[in-house]
Amino acid sequence: MRSTLATGLRLIGRRTINAVWRMGSATRFMGLVLMRSGMSFRRFQLTVDELHFAGVLSLIIIIVSGLFVGLVLGLQGYETLKRYGSAEAVGTLVALALVRELGPVVAALLFASRAGSAMTAELGIMKSSEQLSAMEMMAVDPFARVISPMFWGGFLSMPLLAAIFSVMGIFGGYLITVVIIGVDAGAFWSQMQSSVDLRDDILNGVIKSAVFGAAVTAIALFEGYDAPPTAEGVSHAVTRTVVTSALAVLALDFVLTAFMFTGV
Amino acid sequence: MPQDNLVEFSGVDFSYRERPILQGVDMAIARGQVVAIMGGSGTGKTTALRLIGGQLRPTRGRVLVDSRPVHELSHEELYALRRRMGMLFQFGALFTDLSVFDNVAFPMREHTDLPESMIRDLVLMKLHAVGLRGAHALKPAELSGGMARRVALARAIALDPALIMYDEPFTGLDPISVGIIGNLIRRLNDALGATSIVVTHDVQESLKIVDYVYFLSRGKVAAQGTPRDVLASKEPFVHQFVHAQADGPMPFHYGAPAYGEDLGIGR
Repeated sequence: MRSTLATGLRLIGRRTINAVWRMGSATRFMGLVLMRSGMSFRRFQLTVDELHFAGVLSLIIIIVSGLFVGLVLGLQGYETLKRYGSAEAVGTLVALALVRELGPVVAALLFASRAGSAMTAELGIMKSSEQLSAMEMMAVDPFARVISPMFWGGFLSMPLLAAIFSVMGIFGGYLITVVIIGVDAGAFWSQMQSSVDLRDDILNGVIKSAVFGAAVTAIALFEGYDAPPTAEGVSHAVTRTVVTSALAVLALDFVLTAFMFTGV
Repeated sequence: MPQDNLVEFSGVDFSYRERPILQGVDMAIARGQVVAIMGGSGTGKTTALRLIGGQLRPTRGRVLVDSRPVHELSHEELYALRRRMGMLFQFGALFTDLSVFDNVAFPMREHTDLPESMIRDLVLMKLHAVGLRGAHALKPAELSGGMARRVALARAIALDPALIMYDEPFTGLDPISVGIIGNLIRRLNDALGATSIVVTHDVQESLKIVDYVYFLSRGKVAAQGTPRDVLASKEPFVHQFVHAQADGPMPFHYGAPAYGEDLGIGR
C-alpha cells in the first residue's frame, strides 16, 4: 500500500518535472528561433521558399474547404433567417461568421494538419538523419538557415490563408443563396458591406490568424526538433503537432474572442 | 607535449546524464597525420569527434584544437573554427532535398561570395576527386551507400579543411567501396595537407592507411601506437580486437544475471 503510494507520487513528480523541463526547452527553442532570425530577412528568398512550402501548397485544401464551409453556412443561415423574414441578412451572417471566427480557426486547423505536420516530419527526419548536425559541422547554424525561415514562412502565410478561406467562404455563401436560391444580390452585398467593420471585424480576424500561425508553426517546429531520432519518435511528434495545435488554436480563439468581441 | 599537435585531449571526462562515456582521456593528434580512434561499439568514439567539433562539452578536462579549448569559444569563434573542419557522418547525412551537385556546393554558397561559374568548377573538381563527377545531377536517394559516402566526403572537403573527421566511414560498405574510401582518406589527407581522424572499428582496412592508432575501451585509452606496434602487441585487449576474437577482456555478453537463474533452471 505504502509502496503503491510512493510509486504514484514518484510518477506524478517525474511527469511534472518532465513537463516543466519540456516547457523550458520549448521556450529556449523559440528564443533561439527569434534571436537567429536575421538571416530570414537578410536572405529573404529562404523565407519565400518556406512561404511557398507552407502557404502555396496548402492553397488547394484551403480553397476547397472554404468554399464548402461557405455553402453550408449560406444554406443553414438562409433556412433560419427565412423564418423571420430577413433572408437578405444571410450575407452579413456568412461574412461575420467567416471573418471573425471560422476563417482564422478552420484555416489554422487545416494549416496544422497540412503544413504543420509536414514541418514536424521534415525537421524530425533532418535531425534523425544527422542533416542538422552536418549543417552545424559545416559552420552553418541550422536555426538561422532552416528553422527560423520555416517559422517566418508559416507565420506570414497563415493570415493570407485565412483571408483566402474567408473570401472563398463568402463566395460559397453567395453561390448558394443568391445564384441558386435566388436571394436578392443587392441586399446580400449591401447588408454585408454596412455591417462588417474593417477594424472591429476584419483586423481582429487578421490578428487572430497571425497569432494562430505563430502558435501552430512554433508547435510544429519544436515537436520536430525535439522528436527522438527514430521512425516511431517522428511519427509520434507529427501526431502531437496536430493534436496540440488544434487544442492551442481553439483555446487561443476563446481567449482572443473574449478580448476582442465582448468588450471585456 | 610537442607543439605540432592539431588536436589534444587532456584529462577529458564526458558523461551523458549519469552515464560516463569518456573517463580521463588523453590523446594527441599530430598535424598532417591520419589517426584512427578504434574501439567496440558504444565506447565513446563518436563522442570524441563531437567534442572536437564543439557539439558536446566535456564534463571535465579540455579538448584543444589548434591550441584553443573548443568549449570555451564563443558562438562566433566556434563557427569560425568549424569552417576549417570537415566531417563525414556515418551515413553521409546528405541533404535529401538537394542534388549531389547542390550538396557539395552548399558550404561554398554559404561561406563564400564566389560566382556561380567558379562554384561549378570547384564542385566538379571535388566530385572528380571522389570519382563521382558523372553523378552530379543525381539525388541522394538515387545513390548507393558507398556513393553517398563519397559525395558526403566531397562535401566535407569542399572548403579545403585543415582537419577532416570520419565517423565510421567503412560501415555497411562492400569490400570494393571500403578499399576506395580507405584510399581516398589517405590521398585526400596528403593532397590537402590536412590532418585526419578516423573513428572506426574496421581494423584491417584502417591499419593500412593510418599513421597512429588509439584504442578506446570503456571510455579510456586502452592502448596506442603505430599500426606496426598494434599488430605486434601482446596486450590482451588489443590482441582480441585486432584478431577479432569474440571473447576476451571485452566480454561477449552484456552484463546480466546468471544464465540459469534467468531461464529459471538454476538455483
